[in-house]
Amino acid sequence: MSSVENIQTMNAATPGRGLWHDAWLRLIRNRAAVSGAVILGFMALLVIVGPYLSPYAFDHIDWEHISTPPDLASGHVFGTDAVGRDLFVRTLYGGRLSLAVGLAATLVSLFIGVAYGATAGYLGGRTDSVMMRIVDILYAMPFMFFVILLMVFFGRSLVLIFVAIGAINWLDMARIVRGQTLSLKQKEFIESARACGVGSAGIIARHIVPNLLGVVIVYVTLTIPQVILVESFLSFLGLGVQEPYTSWGALVNEGAQGMESAPWSLMFPAVFLAATLFCLNFIGDGLRDALDPQDR
Amino acid sequence: MTTPLLQVNDLRVSFCVSTGSGLGYATRNLKAVDGISFDLHVGETLGVVGESGCGKSTLARAVLNLVPAGSGRVMWLGQAVSGLTEAAMRPLRKQMQIIFQDPLASLDPRMTAEQIIAEPLKALAPEIDATQRRRRVADVMARVGLQADQVHRYPHEFSGGQCQRIGIARALVLNPKLIVCDEPVSALDVSIQAQIINLLQDLQRDLDLALIFIAHDLNVVRHISQRVMVMYLGRAVEIAPRDAIYAQPRHPYTRALIDAVPLPDPQRERSRSHTPLTGEVPSPLDPPSGCAFRNRCPIAAARCATETPVLRMLGGGVQVACHFVE
Amino acid sequence: MTAPLLNVDALSVHFATADGELCAVDGVSFAISKGETLGIVGESGSGKSQTVLALLGLLSANGRASGRAVFNGRDLLDLPIRDLNQVRGKEVSMIFQDPMTSLNPYLSIATQMTEVLALHQRLGRSAARAQALQMLAAVGIAAPERRIDQYPHEFSGGMRQRVMIAMALLCDPHLLIADEPTTALDVTVQAQTVGLMRELQTQRDTAIILITHDLGVVAGLCDRIAVMYAGRIVETGPVDAMFSDPQHPYTRGLLTSVPRLDEITGERLATIPGNPPAITQRPRGCAYRDRCAYAFAACAEHPPPLQTVINGRAKACHLEVLP
Repeated sequence: MSSVENIQTMNAATPGRGLWHDAWLRLIRNRAAVSGAVILGFMALLVIVGPYLSPYAFDHIDWEHISTPPDLASGHVFGTDAVGRDLFVRTLYGGRLSLAVGLAATLVSLFIGVAYGATAGYLGGRTDSVMMRIVDILYAMPFMFFVILLMVFFGRSLVLIFVAIGAINWLDMARIVRGQTLSLKQKEFIESARACGVGSAGIIARHIVPNLLGVVIVYVTLTIPQVILVESFLSFLGLGVQEPYTSWGALVNEGAQGMESAPWSLMFPAVFLAATLFCLNFIGDGLRDALDPQDR
Repeated sequence: MTTPLLQVNDLRVSFCVSTGSGLGYATRNLKAVDGISFDLHVGETLGVVGESGCGKSTLARAVLNLVPAGSGRVMWLGQAVSGLTEAAMRPLRKQMQIIFQDPLASLDPRMTAEQIIAEPLKALAPEIDATQRRRRVADVMARVGLQADQVHRYPHEFSGGQCQRIGIARALVLNPKLIVCDEPVSALDVSIQAQIINLLQDLQRDLDLALIFIAHDLNVVRHISQRVMVMYLGRAVEIAPRDAIYAQPRHPYTRALIDAVPLPDPQRERSRSHTPLTGEVPSPLDPPSGCAFRNRCPIAAARCATETPVLRMLGGGVQVACHFVE
Repeated sequence: MTAPLLNVDALSVHFATADGELCAVDGVSFAISKGETLGIVGESGSGKSQTVLALLGLLSANGRASGRAVFNGRDLLDLPIRDLNQVRGKEVSMIFQDPMTSLNPYLSIATQMTEVLALHQRLGRSAARAQALQMLAAVGIAAPERRIDQYPHEFSGGMRQRVMIAMALLCDPHLLIADEPTTALDVTVQAQTVGLMRELQTQRDTAIILITHDLGVVAGLCDRIAVMYAGRIVETGPVDAMFSDPQHPYTRGLLTSVPRLDEITGERLATIPGNPPAITQRPRGCAYRDRCAYAFAACAEHPPPLQTVINGRAKACHLEVLP
């Protein structure tokens, strides 16, 4: 009975519980998602401030400690790599890059994908067909081939990696957003907005996009790990970042080569990479449960 | 008589429907509205009844130019509406609004009641500043029986009846002359239906609104309308003043519709001799030739298969589309 | 009077949700005899559907039913799932509101109908098919030999509902539960369906529980009515008496708020003010008191029990006589 009264008094007093607020309440009740977010937050903080705490720079070569296992006395808590660079600092630096690639490429795909998909879906008809056929054609292009071509033409650079990955990922986003838009478009509130004289741009901005956000956010949290993996894969192939810069993928690659003699150089970056992917996936699942309208 | 508020003349709307599957799909024309004409005067209510698929909702949308009309004309105070661009429609949109069937689905779930009701003001009357807008919203909310402290609530926090009140408030906020009501009460509970019907009637009387009231419930239409149009497969089969149509339905379909309504009175209901229509409404993709009703009609004859009956004036404002009604 | 076919006693249904335990049905009792039609009338959220779903053990996973529901000497709420499966479809069957979603779109009508017979009556293929054909003919489907091999999407809405009725009656159940069987249908098709159900009932003597919000359908089909509000039965009695002389203010409100074809249209409809309370916000005492014109102090204190007024009629109201 007390919960019933709680709800009653709450309804009388509060200005209203939006869908976002409800979703937030559901999300913070999800233990896996919350711990994922906490761990991820901690790791993000670590990769940002961590390097300043270590006496070594990421490209500093310690000639006295080449390929040494983790050792507190020398300050190389994660050990050093084959040329004597501190692995702790390099792992955190690699984390900066991996997370930045993940975030930036996802943002690129987010903006292109949402704008493109919502426009195609809302306008419909011929415009939609043409726009989606372009997506189909881009899909058919071999991604690796595309990246290698870019690398050959423009040389290897960080920005290019962002762009290349983002430019591929937006295709999925555009498809998802278009599908959602098509179903949203059927809703009566869109029709009533039209009857109220709201123009197409206004409808997309005010009604379609806010109602898409739930799906999009879930997809974004699941895209970031995907992008991080793609970057790792490129680095593994030797197409990623260039020495002395590094990423988790590049570190795992180096570590894998010396796996037998120096297992720590594989273990630490791999653990960080895996933990990040786990956390992001838990957050994504949690968000999906929280935002899923079926649950309502 | 003055110029009617709204004149609809031989309005036709058809949709392309793809049939078949695979690569070589074919498209066919679905005639949703097939030559509808009527006039509507200031402050008048026209009820539109028909079974599902008869095109009554499409008619509503075509009148408001929300779906493009194939041919025919819709005139608003003597000005042609159909074919206008979205931009040219905007000044007219202030005067004609719509209320939908599903009260919750017609409200954006991520907006508060205030944002929803203010939306037409923002879109069509940008000259009104925020303070005034808030006052207009408060006024109209009070008008439809919503409490002032509910302005910041979201649609899912309201009951169905209250959501429909928000929808009505949104339609009213620009002081329109016409509101098209597309099955506004059929998704509501019985005890709430009466409230909404009374509200619509009060508003109509106080604000001199014209209503096009679309419903499948003949009881409700009878209660609220001055004139009633009965539709079957995209065509009007009978248009008549309310009392005439219910006291003496002319068209066999109208008669069958009225006969099929169950009465909330057990004794009468048991003693009534039902002769329900056989069969169901044919697919609008593939309507019968001639009179669309002929395959269910108790008085159909050979002539009905070849000749499509047109609406004829019978006097007393009654128009019927049947060969055999005198 | 013989023992009733189904005797429901103090049935309650609770749902465990994130907002706490919610009570959808709150101590409902009713009985139905062989060949009788009971209408359960109520608005959305009144608990009328949950009541019958609980009888068949069809509540969603977070639902819990308590009380007793004795059917042919067995308590349905207490039966193990295996025995309940025997009861469902065979002795008690159910028709739902939407005939499209309750038929499997990937199976032909013949497959779906013979499946039921094979399961409950262990009939062979040809015998089952013959019985299915006979039943389709009985519900007025023309050319059943041809139509039985078609798929649900090839049937129109009204025809689908006829197929549903045919399937429900296949095993000759003692009790048929119909949850809003005509709501999704057009007026003329609704009239056909109501006529069909009336005809089948007189032929087969099946007891029917009809759940609906349409008072016209109730008037045409039912012998007795139970009116539900906020999870409780507020009034019950024979259909004639209930319509001519409603004793509970809510029943009266419902009856007068419907515009009727057989009456002169007045200026305004009588209304029940306010909204039905949300399940989380039911008032203390009588759940209807906020909307009731006759509420007095006692109504806020404790909910009125369902008490017999005169023979066969009962109401849950603190008022002795409705003014």
